[in-house]
Amino acid sequence: MNQPVISAQNLSLTFETNDGPVHALSDINLDINKGDFVSFIGPSGCGKTTFLRCIADLETPTGGNVTVNGMSAAEARMKRAYGYVFQAAGLYPWRTIGGNIRLPLEIMGYDKAEQAERVKNVLELVELDGFEKKFPWQLSGGMQQRASIARALAFDADILLMDEPFGALDEIVRDHLNEQLLKLWARTEKTIGFVTHSIPEAVFLSTKIVVMSPRPGQIYEVIESNLPRDRTLDIRDSVEFNDIAHRVREGLRAGHAYD
Amino acid sequence: MTKAGAIWHRTAPVLCILILLLAVWYAAAIALNAAWAKDKAARADKQLTFSELVSDTMAQEKPLLPAPHQVAQEIYKTTVLKKITSKRSLIWHGWITLSATLLGFAFGTALGIMLAIGIVYSRAMDMSVMPWVITSQTIPILAVAPMIIVVLNAVGVSGLLPKAFISMYLSFFPVVVGMVKGLRAPDHMQLDQMRTWNASSSTSFWKLRLPSSMPYLFASLKIGIAASLVGAIVGELPTGAVAGLGARLLAGSYYGQTIQIWSALICAAVLAASLVALIGFVEKVTLKRMGMLQ
Ligand SMILES: Nc1ncnc2c1ncn2[C@@H]1O[C@H](COP(=O)(O)OP(=O)(O)O)[C@@H](O)[C@H]1O
Ligand SMILES: [Mg+2]
Repeated sequence: MNQPVISAQNLSLTFETNDGPVHALSDINLDINKGDFVSFIGPSGCGKTTFLRCIADLETPTGGNVTVNGMSAAEARMKRAYGYVFQAAGLYPWRTIGGNIRLPLEIMGYDKAEQAERVKNVLELVELDGFEKKFPWQLSGGMQQRASIARALAFDADILLMDEPFGALDEIVRDHLNEQLLKLWARTEKTIGFVTHSIPEAVFLSTKIVVMSPRPGQIYEVIESNLPRDRTLDIRDSVEFNDIAHRVREGLRAGHAYD
Repeated sequence: MTKAGAIWHRTAPVLCILILLLAVWYAAAIALNAAWAKDKAARADKQLTFSELVSDTMAQEKPLLPAPHQVAQEIYKTTVLKKITSKRSLIWHGWITLSATLLGFAFGTALGIMLAIGIVYSRAMDMSVMPWVITSQTIPILAVAPMIIVVLNAVGVSGLLPKAFISMYLSFFPVVVGMVKGLRAPDHMQLDQMRTWNASSSTSFWKLRLPSSMPYLFASLKIGIAASLVGAIVGELPTGAVAGLGARLLAGSYYGQTIQIWSALICAAVLAASLVALIGFVEKVTLKRMGMLQ
């Protein structure tokens, strides 16, 4: 049995604020295996973002620990083990789309030819070929978010962490991007951690759905999906899909109940 | 709209204001200079008609307020009709002031940017330097300038440098304030993103903070260059300097040469406006190149 790619043991994080301690995460235990697509779902404030940030070493846990590729989160970050997609695309307005995608490659010291090659490849991957020379403001919100995904894919990280990447987009665009994301996941064989608050999105995308509950932020239930990896949007009308969606909804309701 | 129409659309308001200003100026010149004209006439036991009065108020040698065309004539005489190397050429005086302005501005900008970097990257500097930067600007420059000039003269520094020093003193301030804001413009997300790429802080500086600060920098530079010019002129006043627009102002006021004062003033204003416009142009080109103007 392979070692999990991401593993959290008794992970806790308490923010000390002026209004007293906030228990953002409490006793989280979770293993994510290679090639998994794991969604985190739960009401807002249940610690989804905080958990992702702990994995990314953007937040330091106050208890327990988390390992990434068998290393500490800090070591993994320094080895550039993951690409992180934030809720906002966060493209630099003074760089073209190509220039934005090249940014992490420049920072990581890839040579010029390699940079050009990779930019071209990932732009194709997110179906933005031809937009390399355009500036961000010339692209729609959905295209900008695709560019930001391309940027996170451009370097050799086999983990992709995404925090509500499509949260600000309308449903039609979101459906399309979800389908693209699945194709991309199949082609790149990355391990993906994905935060969402949409049940259909979580069920459609994931191999594993982590239902979280707030105050303190905890994992209420982990639902393994038995849907085939190769899916299209039509699957949302299937019985299996609706069964899983139902379980997620029940989990959310129950997790919320002991407020 | 046609192109000519568009230009007209933009210039018409400016022209209107200009005409209005000239009208007010002429009216004020007549009102202010009338007393002198009447005095003169009374001494000669003459009675002035209204038109005689008006034409006298516009042709006095040392009017309280010279009429616009008198100033225009003086400027024409001292720019176009004089050799640039002549000590009576306004262009020569303007250049003296401009060179101090530009040197002081360059120093001020460099100092401002360096202080801003220090303040943004070092908490200790943020706490210790910023109050002094602000204090420095609460001291009236007119009080400090003579001391700076005299002290620097005493140690053998005279001419361009003391004036440039005062320009720097005035121009570094807007640059510090603007650049601190500009270098802090990147939000948490952008800084976190740099962290996910394990970027060094110098990388974050060159690739994120500095480009983000460009719009702030240009806004500061526009204020800074105008302040620099004021500094250079102020620097020319206290020693009774013989050259520069400040010297023209001072000499003019010694001898009651109001026309000379006003032409130096207009010259300084035109210079300031051109410098600000030049930076505005560089700003536009740079930000457009950077894709930050749409
Ligand atoms: N930097 C912080 N300082 C203090 N409290 C925080 C901070 N970040 C998050 N929190 C709190 O932690 C809890 C979990 O937040 P978050 O992980 O953002 O939730 P989610 O992403 O699930 O909406 C919330 O109560 C939030 O207010
Ligand atoms: Mg969140």
